[in-house]
Amino acid sequence: MIDINVVVSGAAGQGIQTIGYIIAKTASEAGYNAFSWQDYESRIRGGSNSYRIRVSEDPANSPLVKADIFIALDEKSKAKYRPLLKEDGILVDEQETGERIITVPFVDIAQSELGDKLFVNTVAAGALTAVMGIAWESLKEVILEEFSGKGDVIVSKNLTAAAEGYKFARNSCEGICPWVLPRREQKHYLISGNEALALGAAAGRCRFIAAYPMTPSTGIITFLSKYKERLKIFTEQAEDEIAAVNMAIGASYAGVRAMTASSGGGFALMVEGISLAGMTETPVVIVLAQRPAPATGLPTRTEQGDLLFAINAGHGEFPKLVFAPSDPKDAFHKIVRAFNLAEKYQIPAIILTDQHLADSYFTLDDFELDKVINRSYLANPDEIANYKRYQLNESGISPMLYPGQSHHLVCCDSDEHDEYGHITEDLELRKRMVKKRLRKTELLRKEIVPPEEKDISDATDVFLSWGSSRNAVFEAVDRLRENGARVGAIHFTELLPLPEYEFPRDVNYYTVESNATGQLGRLLRSEYGISVKRAIARYDGLPLDHMYIMEGFVNG
Amino acid sequence: MVEIEDYQSDAENQWCPGCPNFGILRAIKSALVALARKPEEICMVSGIGQAAKLPHYLRCNFFNGLHGRALPIAVAINVVNPKLTTIVVTGDGDCYGEGGNHFLHTIRRNPNITLIVHNNQIYGLTKGQASPTTDLRAKTRLQFEGVELEPLRPLATALLHGCPFVARGYAGDIKGLSDLFVEAMRFKGFSYVDVIQPCITWGTHTVSWYKERIYKLPPDYDLHDKEEALKKACEWGDRIPIGVFYRDDRPKMGFGDQFRDKIFDGRLTDLGFRKQQTIIEMLDIFR
Ligand SMILES: Cc1ncc(C[n+]2csc(CCOP(=O)(O)OP(=O)(O)O)c2C)c(N)n1
Ligand code: SF4
Ligand SMILES: [Mg+2]
Repeated sequence: MIDINVVVSGAAGQGIQTIGYIIAKTASEAGYNAFSWQDYESRIRGGSNSYRIRVSEDPANSPLVKADIFIALDEKSKAKYRPLLKEDGILVDEQETGERIITVPFVDIAQSELGDKLFVNTVAAGALTAVMGIAWESLKEVILEEFSGKGDVIVSKNLTAAAEGYKFARNSCEGICPWVLPRREQKHYLISGNEALALGAAAGRCRFIAAYPMTPSTGIITFLSKYKERLKIFTEQAEDEIAAVNMAIGASYAGVRAMTASSGGGFALMVEGISLAGMTETPVVIVLAQRPAPATGLPTRTEQGDLLFAINAGHGEFPKLVFAPSDPKDAFHKIVRAFNLAEKYQIPAIILTDQHLADSYFTLDDFELDKVINRSYLANPDEIANYKRYQLNESGISPMLYPGQSHHLVCCDSDEHDEYGHITEDLELRKRMVKKRLRKTELLRKEIVPPEEKDISDATDVFLSWGSSRNAVFEAVDRLRENGARVGAIHFTELLPLPEYEFPRDVNYYTVESNATGQLGRLLRSEYGISVKRAIARYDGLPLDHMYIMEGFVNG
Repeated sequence: MVEIEDYQSDAENQWCPGCPNFGILRAIKSALVALARKPEEICMVSGIGQAAKLPHYLRCNFFNGLHGRALPIAVAINVVNPKLTTIVVTGDGDCYGEGGNHFLHTIRRNPNITLIVHNNQIYGLTKGQASPTTDLRAKTRLQFEGVELEPLRPLATALLHGCPFVARGYAGDIKGLSDLFVEAMRFKGFSYVDVIQPCITWGTHTVSWYKERIYKLPPDYDLHDKEEALKKACEWGDRIPIGVFYRDDRPKMGFGDQFRDKIFDGRLTDLGFRKQQTIIEMLDIFR
């Protein structure tokens, strides 16, 4: 069964993203599953980064560490990442010769064939495609598509570069490279978490996004801004995250679905705004793309360190939603759901992702667009005689209108207020308003999807996980089961409010999380009384992979 | 026809009796009558402070948000629904202190809204601490030895960053103030009116201190001369000018104009759900 891991490494600015993305696209074009993730430093030039591409027959969508094929664009990266190369793996190199080494003089080829060193990356992409045993046609398609916007000259030069790299490597591969990947008639989506969230926001009728740039969340507003004409969405770079969240709240009050996105530091600045949305009962969707913290932390790496922060974000007590999708398809549907539920319950909704989900490319077959629910939860002004924005009623969900929609006046206040939205110091009314807001939680809880279970019926040991680690955790369960262990997993993607759920009894629980303190374990202990035997924790900034989890389970 | 009674609110007023804030409220109402804006066509946005309570006392749509954060709320409302008359009412602490960054960047955005700052040179609601406009050496209930920080010159700041309509009014001159508001609200672009509003409870100056110093910009003052405007904006102390300091009548790009020109000209609320086909086509980018 085909399952190849390619590691492309080099300094920032050398173009490993281009190479990595092209070969992932090429594998996808050839009908295979590609999954790629990046491990990069927070700088624009220099350092050493890697782009990892896993190509497989069956859907994998989780990282592998050891490399079957390795290429480095500079000596420093070669030294840093070469240890990842398997003993029977293949090194693709500019100069080095030897057994299991494919020597391709990239620079020479680029210079002599195209007269420009700039094409080195495309030559390398060509060589790697050949080593992987993928047919030339697939690469050709991708080059035509990727460079099409840059003019015919650029397209044809890149085609030549790719073809030369491909030919050269193909010849040296004879008898060395074991892989043959015949073209399969399968069409896949190759998409990142950020892109899926942006499209999900569009599908969920978002018309307004304001955000302040912060890795790894910036991709969302960038994508929406790029396609704002097609999507008819207003995008604004705010002066800071406080402005961003307030703009989103203002837009929502004015009658459209609105969002913002940031990472931990920016999200911290939004916290007062979340409370404002809670008090004024204004729907708003906030994406929190986590990265290692505290403070600036490791800006380009991954972590799941903000779970409890997100759950507790906002002073005071009010209902709120926290979702943590596991992959881009889930992210797409979760953000649609977040927009719907935020509007239905008039609350802030937080989507927790992380750098791993935000930036990695996943292969997906189908987005099941028929599952998208399109409906508005606003009230009908014609059915209302005496409009009270904060009408006290049984459900706690008061009729929501927007200003200018009708002759009804829509009045919202961040102070405690009466039914019309005016400041009040009536302490009895205060109590009724608190209860009204909190009543919404119980209805909301009934809409929450229970966690996803895997192999728990006969399990003696059960992993507890959440968010982007799903595929790695499930792969670890499969591998451990092959070795005879009776393990299972319970994976959460909807974390606030938590659903009613019966946990299996008499099993050992292990939390598997990208954080140091086992935050999910603490949450589940306080909400369900579950006690966790051990935490399998990762907090070095790299994503969880199945080997790491297995190692953590077996060796402690 | 709109009458002043149409704006009558039932909410109980929390201001100190006799506070010049009442004058500002009356001036806003009479300006709105002059412009014939119906309550449902108006959206007031405020932050937190005594000044920021004003929307409760004028029947209209309003969003009374967080301390300092009125402007980002207002610019978003304006872009979603340009047909609403969006007015921000705020205090000197709210707008120049907590919300100072938004003040700067809203000027740069040039949204079609009116900003009214009740400038009493003090934090009223929190009982008398210095604000960014409190005069140097003024003693307050927190700055016991006197303020050590140079006061902000917000009108000069606005002028420097391209604000196309910069004015100062006086809460004691209701007629003059109302005329200023009418002009500001008629103006297309960001119109900004700082209003001198003596705080009779915590203020560092008496009402007569202001009265003795305030003078109207003379009829021959050229309100298109930015350099002159800057000079006037820095004049504070023995004499304090009021009136329209600067008005730029040349067409200027406003917040959301690009979007309205190229993508959609109207209320964003009129756009429904996107067609499934649009999403399918967008997803195809990734196939
Ligand atoms: C985040 C935050 N910080 C502080 C406060 C307390 N606070 C309320 S109003 C105010 C100052 C108001 O001053 P100003 O805007 O000049 O209004 P005034 O009361 O003078 O009209 C402060 C500091 C608050 N509500 N929120
Ligand atoms: S504290 Fe000052 S500004 Fe506030 S209402 Fe009283 S007198 Fe007016
Ligand atoms: Mg004040």
